[in-house]
This record gives sequence, structure tokens and C-alpha cells, in this order.
Amino acid sequence: MIPVGFEYSRPSTVEEAVAALAADPDAKVLAGGQSLLPVLRLRLAAPTTLVDLRDVESLHGVRVAGDDLVIGAMTTHDEILHDARVAEHAPLIAAATATVGDRQVRHLGTFGGSLSHADPAGDLPAVACALDATMVAVGPNGRREIPAADFFVDYLTTALAPDEILVEVRVPDTAGWGHRYEKFNRMAQAWSIVGVAALVRRVDGGVTDTRVALTNMGRRPVRATAVERALTGTAGDAGAVTAAAGHADEGAEPPSDVNGAADYRAHLSRVLTRRALTVAVGA
Amino acid sequence: MTRISVTVDGVESTDEVEPRTLLVQYLREARGRTGTPVGCDTSNCGACTVLVDGRAVKSCALLAVQADGREVTTVQGLSNGALHPVQRAFHERHALQCGYCTPGMIMAAVDLLRETPDPTEQEVREGLEGNLCRCTGYQNIVAAVRDAAAELRGAS
Ligand SMILES: Cc1cc2nc3c(=O)[nH]c(=O)nc-3n(C[C@H](O)[C@H](O)[C@H](O)COP(=O)(O)OP(=O)(O)OC[C@H]3O[C@@H](n4cnc5c(N)ncnc54)[C@H](O)[C@@H]3O)c2cc1C
Ligand code: FES
Ligand code: FES
Repeated sequence: MIPVGFEYSRPSTVEEAVAALAADPDAKVLAGGQSLLPVLRLRLAAPTTLVDLRDVESLHGVRVAGDDLVIGAMTTHDEILHDARVAEHAPLIAAATATVGDRQVRHLGTFGGSLSHADPAGDLPAVACALDATMVAVGPNGRREIPAADFFVDYLTTALAPDEILVEVRVPDTAGWGHRYEKFNRMAQAWSIVGVAALVRRVDGGVTDTRVALTNMGRRPVRATAVERALTGTAGDAGAVTAAAGHADEGAEPPSDVNGAADYRAHLSRVLTRRALTVAVGA
Repeated sequence: MTRISVTVDGVESTDEVEPRTLLVQYLREARGRTGTPVGCDTSNCGACTVLVDGRAVKSCALLAVQADGREVTTVQGLSNGALHPVQRAFHERHALQCGYCTPGMIMAAVDLLRETPDPTEQEVREGLEGNLCRCTGYQNIVAAVRDAAAELRGAS
């Protein structure tokens, strides 16, 4: 199907983009369009204006600022996969991005669009939560920072106001941490039935930090804090990993849908967490 | 209406389009490039794959206005006259039955070989994950892409 008609604007600065959003309460940002256009074609949404961010140069690209990696919202999945700084400072992002969609989707889809879309089955929201990333938004009242833990509010809903734009994401350096994104789906190109983002830091063998976040185990990404507590302080051996992974679904409220029932997802989360941690602790 | 200039298969043109026009519609209806078909409503099948500035994208998941100032290559613009090595390999390997997925498969394969000139069988299968074929079972498609890869490597 063809989308319902709308106005199109293509500003070249963040300020112009915010003004365009403020001018029409039913306006929407257009990033890569890889989630928005399918939604518009199915006529599940009918914004009256699309504000295309492609020409806003400041939103593109990756840089290092102090101890943080800063990823512009309009950086595409494909650019992330080819970026040496991402590979060095936040390899978990690259690993998860490689599992997103297919090459065509990765050429257009953006990091910021995936986070703003906040699809519970999307792979990158859980990754942002595991990394304790900070979202930087700009609206009519200026700039503000939103921790990942507060950014994902509900199904397809973020803390962004309708006239706010996600401009960049600050990611703390996790060079040297073990990492793994473990995704379960039945077909190539498909979304996660369950996904697990894991990060482990070890000092002299012992596990000093554990971060685990789950994809599609609730209406928003879930931090598996019971797993984190159980593994941290151990020697990171197979027994400790298995015991910790057994807590993966604690407090989660997984959905039941055509891809699987809630109890099946709970089971998957424990199995995938064990696999993810086994890689992340390193041999 | 919005005015856009898009180069399609080497020919630049300036047109007035409704913003909601999908790139694939623009290619087929305004530019006559009907070699690019539409196979689905969900941006899953990949039949509509074209190159925009040399990168494979699904032309049903992009608005024509987003292609403003860009260069689009469709299956009809892959080569002048003679078949492109990927097209020839699909022909020789009988990598199609109904042919509906073929333009998209070929464009995705061209993009894959740009990045991975000597793909393993597994890399071809994963590289074409965004393209669905309901007829062939993929076997001959994979063989054709690997043949074309060998020919392209020999040619460069
Ligand atoms: C066939 C297919 C398979 C896919 N498979 C996967 C998968 O396996 N895993 C996965 O995670 N994703 C998958 N995706 C989705 C893909 O990752 C999209 O790129 C992503 O969800 C949205 O990014 P986008 O840049 O295309 O955003 P758009 O579609 O342009 O926008 C999505 C939403 O976010 C809003 N938005 C975008 N950018 C901003 C911003 N900077 N500030 C404020 N709001 C903004 C838009 O208004 C819109 O509501 C798939 C998509 C397709 C078509
Ligand atoms: S027509 Fe199916 S992906 Fe474009
Ligand atoms: S040949 Fe018929 S869909 Fe591929």
C-alpha cells in the first residue's frame, strides 16, 4: 500500500528540525525509514509532516570524547559495522548491529532510529541499556541527557517529547570487557524472539562487573539485575555462569505471541544468558 | 508536490512528486524502469532492491524524495547491452524459475560482491538474507553468485 499523504521537510540543522516538529503536533522524524515506512505503508500511522534528518550533518558519524564514544543518531547500521572506534570501544554494539535485519536494511536504518522506535524486539535498546549509555536529546527548551534506563518507557514509547530529537548517544568505554549478543530467531533477517546482551569485566580472573540486558522479554528492555549480582564476585567459572543464568527471567514479563509463549521465552532467556555469559567471561 | 532530481541508470531527471511516493513507484511510473518489481507490503522480500549511491536498498522502504540528489542503479542499468557477469551467471546456472525475485537478487548479489569479492557459500546465503525466493530453493542462486564472483575477480 501507499502511505497517506503528508508534507515533507528536510532541514539542515537541529534547530530547524525542532522548529519543524514544533510547528505540527502530528509531525514525525524520518531517519532511515526502515521502521517508519513499513508502518506508513500498512497505514498504522498517518503523520501529517515528515521531518527528514538526512541533511543534518551534525547527527552523522562517530567520535571519541574523553572516555565516551559518541554515536550520532543518524549513523547507519552499516557505518557502525565499519567503524574502527566502535569495534574498539563498544564491540557489543557492532556485534548486535550485525544481527539487525539484512544488508539493505542496514544501509538505511540508523542507530538513533532503532533506539527512538523502541520496539521491544529491536536489538539495540537492550544493548544501550547493558552499556549504561546516555541519550542526548534536543527540543525547544534545549538539550538534555536521558540515561538508557529511563529512555525506554513502554512498547514503542520513549522519554522523548514529540518535539524532541535524539541527537547522539554517549557510550562509556568497554574496551577490554568480554561481550556477547546472543540472538534467537528462526529465520535469517528476522527479529529476536529473545536476545541477550552481555558484558563482563574480569580483573585477575575474578568477575568485577556484569551487565546483562534482555531483548523482547517485556514491553521494554529488561536489565537482568539478579544475574548481574549472582555472577559478580565469582571466579567466572562454568558453574557460576550456569547458576547466574538461572536468574535471567526474574522480574521479567515476557509477551506471548505467534513466535512463542511467555514460559518458552523465559526458558530461552535462561539458556541464551548462559550462552552469552559463557562467551563474555572468556575462556 | 516536491521537486527532486534523481539520476536513474545514468540519466538525470527533475520531477515533481508527492512526498508519499515510494522510490519504487517513482522508478516504475515516472521513470519507466519496470524491471524493478514490488513483491510485498512489509519490506521483507527484497524483490525491489536497487542500488542508491552504490549501496543496495529496498526501493519500497525509501521515499522518492529521500533519493533526491542521489544516483540510483536498477537491474536495467547494470550494464550497457551485454549482460553483467551476475546476470549472465543467473542465466547460465538457471538461478530462477518465475523470475519475480531475480532483479532484487541480482542487485543484492552485486552489492554483496562489492564488499566480499570471494564469498563462501555460507557468506552468499547470509549476504542474500534480505531476498526471498519462493521457487528455486536458492541452490542455483548461490551457485550463480559464486560463479559471478570468480568471473569478476578474474576480470579485475
Ligand atoms: C525487513 C526488516 C528487518 C528488520 N530486522 C530488524 C532486526 O532484526 N533487529 C532490529 O533491531 N531492527 C530490525 N529492523 C528495523 C531496523 O533496525 C530499523 O533501522 C530501525 O528500527 C529504525 O531505524 P530507522 O533509522 O530506519 O528509523 P525510522 O524508521 O526512520 O524511524 C523509526 C521511528 O523512530 C523515530 N525517530 C527516528 N530517528 C529519530 C531521532 N533521531 N529522534 C527522534 N525520533 C526519531 C521516527 O519518528 C519513527 O517513529 C528491521 C527492519 C526491516 C524493514
Ligand atoms: S517489495 Fe518486498 S521488500 Fe520491497
Ligand atoms: S524465481 Fe520465483 S521467486 Fe525466485
